Amino acid sequence: MALDSRVPSGPIEQAWDRARFEMKLVNPANKRKYNVIVVGSGLAGGSAAATLGELGYNVKCFCFQDSPRRAHSIAAQGGINAAKNYQNDGDSIYRLFYDTVKGGDFRSREANVYRLAQISVHIIDQCVAQGVPFAREYGGFLANRSFGGAQVSRTFYARGQTGQQLLLGAYQALEAQVDAGRVKMFPRTEMLDLVVIDGRARGIVSRSLVTGKIETHVADAVILATGGYGNVFYLSTNAKGSNCTAIWRAHRRGAAFANPCFTQIHPTCIPVSGEYQSKLTLMSESLRNDGRIWVPRDPGDKRSPSQIPENERDYYLERRYPSFGNLVPRDVASRAAKAVCDEGRGVGETGLGVYLDFGDAIKRLGRHVIEERYGNLFEMYERITGDNPYVTPMRIFPAIHYTMGGLWVDYQLMSTIPGLFVLGEANFSDHGANRLGASALMQGLSDGYFVIPYTLGNYLASNKLDKVDAASPGFQAVTTDVEDRLKRLLSVRGKRTVASFHRELGRIMWDYCGMSRNAEGLEHAIGAIRNLREEYWRNVNVPGSEGDLNQQLESAGRVADFLELGELMCIDALHRNESCGGHFREEFQTEDGEALRDDAHYQYVAAWEYKGPNTSPELHREPLEFNYVHPAQRSYK
Amino acid sequence: MNLILHVWRQKNASEKGRMERYEANDVNPDMSFLEMMDVVNENLITQGSEPIAFEHDCREGICGSCGFMINGIAHGPQRGTTVCQLHMRHFKDGDELYLEPWRARAFPVIKDLVVDRGAFDRIISAGGYITAHTGSAPDANALPVPKTDADRAMDAAACIGCGACVAACPNASAALFTGAKISHLGLLPQGQPERSRRALAMVAQYNRELFGSCTNIGECEAVCPKEIRIEVISRMNRDYLKAAWKDRSALRDDQAETEPKAGGRR
Amino acid sequence: MSPAAAGTRERVRFFDATIVKKAVMAITGIILFAFVVGHLLGNLQVFLGPARINAYAAFLKSNLEVLWFVRTVLLVSVLAHIIVTIQLAGLKAKARPVGYVKKQNPHTSVASRSMYYSGPMIAAFVIYHLLDLTIGAGHPHFAEGEVYANLVYGFQQIPVSIAYIVAIGLLCLHLNHGIYSLFQTLGWAHPKYMPRIKRAATVISILLFLGYISIPVSVMAGVIHL
Repeated sequence: MALDSRVPSGPIEQAWDRARFEMKLVNPANKRKYNVIVVGSGLAGGSAAATLGELGYNVKCFCFQDSPRRAHSIAAQGGINAAKNYQNDGDSIYRLFYDTVKGGDFRSREANVYRLAQISVHIIDQCVAQGVPFAREYGGFLANRSFGGAQVSRTFYARGQTGQQLLLGAYQALEAQVDAGRVKMFPRTEMLDLVVIDGRARGIVSRSLVTGKIETHVADAVILATGGYGNVFYLSTNAKGSNCTAIWRAHRRGAAFANPCFTQIHPTCIPVSGEYQSKLTLMSESLRNDGRIWVPRDPGDKRSPSQIPENERDYYLERRYPSFGNLVPRDVASRAAKAVCDEGRGVGETGLGVYLDFGDAIKRLGRHVIEERYGNLFEMYERITGDNPYVTPMRIFPAIHYTMGGLWVDYQLMSTIPGLFVLGEANFSDHGANRLGASALMQGLSDGYFVIPYTLGNYLASNKLDKVDAASPGFQAVTTDVEDRLKRLLSVRGKRTVASFHRELGRIMWDYCGMSRNAEGLEHAIGAIRNLREEYWRNVNVPGSEGDLNQQLESAGRVADFLELGELMCIDALHRNESCGGHFREEFQTEDGEALRDDAHYQYVAAWEYKGPNTSPELHREPLEFNYVHPAQRSYK
Repeated sequence: MNLILHVWRQKNASEKGRMERYEANDVNPDMSFLEMMDVVNENLITQGSEPIAFEHDCREGICGSCGFMINGIAHGPQRGTTVCQLHMRHFKDGDELYLEPWRARAFPVIKDLVVDRGAFDRIISAGGYITAHTGSAPDANALPVPKTDADRAMDAAACIGCGACVAACPNASAALFTGAKISHLGLLPQGQPERSRRALAMVAQYNRELFGSCTNIGECEAVCPKEIRIEVISRMNRDYLKAAWKDRSALRDDQAETEPKAGGRR
Repeated sequence: MSPAAAGTRERVRFFDATIVKKAVMAITGIILFAFVVGHLLGNLQVFLGPARINAYAAFLKSNLEVLWFVRTVLLVSVLAHIIVTIQLAGLKAKARPVGYVKKQNPHTSVASRSMYYSGPMIAAFVIYHLLDLTIGAGHPHFAEGEVYANLVYGFQQIPVSIAYIVAIGLLCLHLNHGIYSLFQTLGWAHPKYMPRIKRAATVISILLFLGYISIPVSVMAGVIHL
């Protein structure tokens, strides 16, 4: 397997322009002759399907939810970055590029990131034209805020529901294409496998979640925009349905999986309250702008927060990082929270939590200002915990939030399988080892609205594709595989529920491949996951049948894939003998506990090739070059 | 605490359903309602029965997947809250709860508490958008939008499409949903060129889906998890009446027949 | 998902749209409301003595073209009001074929809840009322043109007065929701003014109620007599 990143040569500022010029175009009259499959209807998939429909392609778009509007992009709260520099505070495309590469701890591809920063400005234009109700100033122009520790205000937002509003914009554009007959929507339909014929992605096999019907769909290209795989941890801020099945199945069919161990842990989530917990809820990072994070100075201090005097509190972020304080990047804030909890200073019943205190801010600014800024978040917190954060400090704890890893793609967003494109969180491309706040929405829309329309056309125009149909042996074989697997899951009739396996896998992943990792733990985890997987196929209990809505069966297939992906994540984490971004190996840290990169040996993308069940995957390396932003140790002190 | 649940069980769209009784024991008050249901389901699976199907995804009140009736109130007793964000501390030991799916002809039951809300997508598809071909947009600040208009548009745009408004409405009307989208886009300057056509097309689709007619009662706004106000319905009525009066004989569908479909959007 | 693909859509004609039907209901409601107000103003002249109100009645009947024009408008309004109601009620029944085992409607006001009952009862009363005081059928002492006397004789029968008061009560309940509702229906609602409109609707309907029942009450109390 060769990894050709297809990054254009020459100055980075002109790379995308040049690439666009060099790309071949599909004749407008021929576009309707091409069938394109888009799996996923979030920001990346929805915007791609809508735009490709507008261009005239025949698009089929799939989502497992009952409507494309429910994709998990909808839950993004904070905002979307763009280098508009409307605030005249020193922002530029170059600065957004620089911040993103640095924030990613020098493990992303420079050219991709530069393109992302360039496109960011067009995204805002497009969304405003669609009617996304971004926050505005009294003069009628767009408002911005500073987000996630950025030193410029470049984040556009729509209250605490930016993801929702951007997704509805894409969804509406998509529905317009559905009405125009250019996109056919397949809701409640899950992609269960990819069909590769003569080395090219030529279609998918799907299952209707309502009738259980297995169907094949033939296409000239397949686009996966199925989001991240954070649910491998069971507890995460992802939606319950978010899963890795589409990308994992594609991986098994030959798409390399890049940097699987790079996961982002978000520092401000509501802590776990009990065994029954089904998911974690994120509180917007913007809370750290005014809230102060602290724990008791002494381990085991179980007094209520109001009884702990000022001098017995440890504002550990302000102490350790005087210049960034509570606004250090996500990975740093998360690790610091874990460290204080490991010392026995965590708060709440479980001891897994730290305080986020608005007492000072309320004193300084008044309750009404805090209410205006964070009212809806405070309400949400109270709804979930029953505590009033105006009176009692919030309790927060880090939680799995985003996966920077994903299928390997080149500059044109094509995976190692020709004809298989991967967009958004599902690919690995732009965030390196750590993603900055408000950049996920930007990447999803950039890929969908502005990159794939060009690169897909280039692929279709440059390659002569043989005619295939659903009756061809390639499709038949994959269909049989899919049906066998479903039958197998239903025939085990063991003793344990799917969720109990998922919970156990999540526990292993969180303990050994979570916020900090070490070689011994990872080796243990690999063994434990293998055992769990073996037990799964022997002892899982999937009730019901194949032929109707069966939520347990849906979940069973997804968990089976997580049980394979989890192992690969641990293998990747074990091989990467350095700490970078969200990947923190305890053996590799500076004296004061910061991540220690090893650029000499690990400045590359680790792309893993599937080699068969119970066979070790093969590592391929895409070396990373930094010609513009020079690697340095990130310092937020 | 211990609860008694009466849950609507229906195998699929064609079979008849009925209420069945279940016990939920040792419910922790910090659980969400759906987590309580998860525990009930885990027990059902272990006992060899089929778990109760209910829809859910984000479990943070924004995707709009979840929702069913709890004792005759859509999303349950807490105002402005989806069922996934409703916590068990609002119930007490011994409560008997009746859980039923959204009921409307336009929302056929798929299984148990799961209904098909595809009608909502079709209403949006008919005209709930601003035609803005990707790449054609001017600079985002080229068109200032008064803050109050943007805020009111956002109020309406907060709709999550859960369907509670239809479920709660004694007429099974989708006026709040349709009105919210018409208001969101109609309040913005970008939405003006298509304002009349949008109202005509969306309301026509809403009528085709056989939703009931609004009688201005307000049950919808009372259960709306995003607390969208019924003024959006009034705005829809105004836009529609104006547009329909101007265009009495040639409704949208006739236009569609005469306009070429090629080249993407109409 | 049941596909309603483009092209298979049926056309929605102007008067088939539910919003238009509601608008018809609202506009005919306004006309009928205007009549209710005008009729009250006319009736209240009973307090000014027999000569005045009999003269007023004679004046109303003096121009037959105008009289029948007004009567036609009112009749058409009533019919249209009823027809669209029946149509929308039919749609309501169709829109939820399977009902809830348990359903609460805590935000439905008594007035809006009772619209479907108050409407037909008012209609029944209006028919009786026309027979009673316009045509004279069933009236014990009916005399054409003797409005004052007809009225006093009528209301001196306690059951007639009570029926009248109950009917007026229903009418005003109907108007309480109707007045507010027409603003919503015709698109004149505004978040700022709606609470005031709601209050005004209540005040107006109470005033109408008091105005109308003042006549039978006065007759029964002996304030108005032959």
